[in-house]
Amino acid sequence: MKTIYMDHVATNPLHPEVLDAMMPYFREIFGNPQSIYEPGIRAKEAVENARASTAALINAKPKEIIFTSSGAEANNFALKGIAYASRNKGTHIIVSKIEHHSVLNPARFLEKSGFAVTYVPVDKYGTVDPDDVKKAITKETILISVIHASPEIGTIQPVDEIGRIAAEKGIVFHVDAVASAGNIPVDVRSLNVDLLTFAAHQFYGPKGAGALYVKEGTRIVPLIYGGIQEGGRRAGTENVPAIVGMGKAAEIAKRDMQKRIEHVTPLRDRIIDSALKIDKVTLTGHPERRLPGHASFVVEYIEGEAMLLLLAGKGIYSASGSACSSKALKASPVLISIGIPAHLAQGSVVFTLGEGTTGEDIDYFNETFPQVIGRLREISPYAKGWEGAEDPTCTVKK
Amino acid sequence: MYSEKVMDHFTNPRNVGEMPDADGVGTEGNPVCGDVMKIFIKVKDDRITDVKFQTFGCGAAIAVSSMVTEMAKGMTLDEAMKITKSSLADALDGLPPQKMHCSNLGADALHKAIEDYRKKQGK
Repeated sequence: MKTIYMDHVATNPLHPEVLDAMMPYFREIFGNPQSIYEPGIRAKEAVENARASTAALINAKPKEIIFTSSGAEANNFALKGIAYASRNKGTHIIVSKIEHHSVLNPARFLEKSGFAVTYVPVDKYGTVDPDDVKKAITKETILISVIHASPEIGTIQPVDEIGRIAAEKGIVFHVDAVASAGNIPVDVRSLNVDLLTFAAHQFYGPKGAGALYVKEGTRIVPLIYGGIQEGGRRAGTENVPAIVGMGKAAEIAKRDMQKRIEHVTPLRDRIIDSALKIDKVTLTGHPERRLPGHASFVVEYIEGEAMLLLLAGKGIYSASGSACSSKALKASPVLISIGIPAHLAQGSVVFTLGEGTTGEDIDYFNETFPQVIGRLREISPYAKGWEGAEDPTCTVKK
Repeated sequence: MYSEKVMDHFTNPRNVGEMPDADGVGTEGNPVCGDVMKIFIKVKDDRITDVKFQTFGCGAAIAVSSMVTEMAKGMTLDEAMKITKSSLADALDGLPPQKMHCSNLGADALHKAIEDYRKKQGK
């Protein structure tokens, strides 16, 4: 059966050039970059070359890049690292309501550890109003953290404006750019950011490789203490093949970015145009200011996980923010924060395209998606509307 | 994640649809927190002669609904009252733990349909 991968926001396959670049560092050049003999020196050179190309992707200096194991680690590092480095200046942190769990959960941890956190709201498109951030600032504010682009609804935030506000007030500004870096232009200088998280597997690099950009002169406390790797700010023997892979993927992303954007944008628009012709299907996220390969919807009267399973049965792999498709069995906080009622959030589906997606894939998808919706609506008691749905209170015991 | 049996009942659900002349109807669940199952029964001489279902929910919810209709058809009402969450899960070769409660409403919806029938009969 033909399979079509439409979950590029979950992860991506390695670019063949990335795999080729990584291979020698598993066996031939296996040395520890901290060793002073030849294999170590060569591994160290590879790490530093990767640092330079990784930095170049976001217009940073090589020494401003700290390699981590993942985007989640970099987000944890940013929040905890800045909070603990600045706690004598203040104890207030601002984040948006649509952050990734790897920002929200460290924020909650910090709340339990004596910090105060303000969660700024978003509008119906999932956009943060920079004025709301400005209003939330107090004398105690030490950190503002906002996601650049939402993996769930695709919306791109006005991080440059928020960056200007943070810079005026002298507050450290962190951006979680996991879903954006490598996919759309990200320039740390023009965005006015002090810290920025990104991950290699979001742009055809390996899993297990992420980075935190830390602007020169920014004080940060390590998350992982130990040896002197990464300038003493992130201990642990360097994952040399993964770091090399991240560097290569960054180099290719910079080279091919415009081509990739021009490839996925019209394909995405075809999906959106076609899906919105189906009754009771709405787009989630911003109609224009969204990731180029990102199409996300709420389909009424049916549930997301069931859609994913039927689509997977037809060879189409996609994602959902429905409660049933999450292990936690809770509706996605992102969908709730853009004002989607919980029963509609159940019908969330997300399709994300990549450089391998073809026009034929989209033809097949546009033909299959309405069939899947029709099939599930045949089974649904709400096929004709939400009449008869119980009061919006949860009575089911979990 | 799901057993072959769950996938079979999910992709080819049995007894789907509305029953306008049902003798008993039972609804369980809530679309806000998860799944909703609606079961329609036709009863003759204390025996379930026909069952239909409509479900809003995940793959497990649809499979459970399909399975409960298949099991209940032909049973006496007392026998059908003995169908439980765990007997349904067993019949489907198991359900993932997180789906055991919120998606496994088939027995409850069926029991409500039977109660509805009995109430209408004035028993």
